[in-house]
Amino acid sequence: MSGTVGVIVFPGTNCEHDAVEALERLGADARLVFHTETSLQGLDALVLPGGFAHGDYLRPGAIARFSPIMEAVSAFASDGGPVVGICNGFQVLCEAHLLPGALQKNRGLTFLCESAVLRVTSTRSVLTSGAELGQELVVPINHFSGSYTCDLETLRQLRDEDRIVLRYVENPNGSLDDIAGISNEAGNVVGLMPHPERASSPLLGSEDGLVLLSSLLSAAAVA
Amino acid sequence: MRFVARVEVRLRPGIADPEGATIERALPALGFDGIASVRAGRSFLVELDAADLETARSHAAALADRLLANPVIEESVIEVTPA
Repeated sequence: MSGTVGVIVFPGTNCEHDAVEALERLGADARLVFHTETSLQGLDALVLPGGFAHGDYLRPGAIARFSPIMEAVSAFASDGGPVVGICNGFQVLCEAHLLPGALQKNRGLTFLCESAVLRVTSTRSVLTSGAELGQELVVPINHFSGSYTCDLETLRQLRDEDRIVLRYVENPNGSLDDIAGISNEAGNVVGLMPHPERASSPLLGSEDGLVLLSSLLSAAAVA
Repeated sequence: MRFVARVEVRLRPGIADPEGATIERALPALGFDGIASVRAGRSFLVELDAADLETARSHAAALADRLLANPVIEESVIEVTPA
């Protein structure tokens, strides 16, 4: 298992080193890619990590979407390259229309920082291909705007096309249909609010995120 | 010519608005009776130069749609006046 993963850094991103560390634990090469870069040459997969890109001004992800690197990210995604957006990265992918829907303020209007139990509800994405259907994973969440929403037609499409990849066992934020993560139609672009990189070592209390990141690296190896 | 566009962005009807709902619940507690509903939003004042009012309106509509509002969950109301 190998491949080089690009971890995109916007001003205000703050989970990039955790992502690199977790990916390297799994034997991958990972390198930071600054948002002003325009080329993704030599990369086999991309991670858009968590944080507060551009201060979350306007809406989370709204400004990041116009960063120079995003054109290359879109091209990489439409060529079938594996792309995973974690937390703020999920918000960026929605704003960039690489994933449908939007992330709204949490139902309780509180910032949530806790462990969540997730259930794998589809294995046809680059992030869940190595997991078992129905498998439960303990992965931290850390967000204020994590309540997934979309119109009913989109929700029907997500369900029919098996694109809801992770659901909360107990919904913490009011997310539609308990959605914690979704994929695009092809399954190569995934967004999720929980942080698999923070569940990557016994020292962190859980290693359950590793099965997700390993799936990504398997996809990177064949991409 | 310079114009001022006031762009008001709020959640679409039917999209849950926890902020508006919280304010709605707080008002009666402060003694304001007869509050039927509250929706939260934000407004932007954009000064822009354009040849005429129509052009300014269409520029304001485009920037509201492309950046200020997320059409997936939000709608915008735009009012353009000469500066």
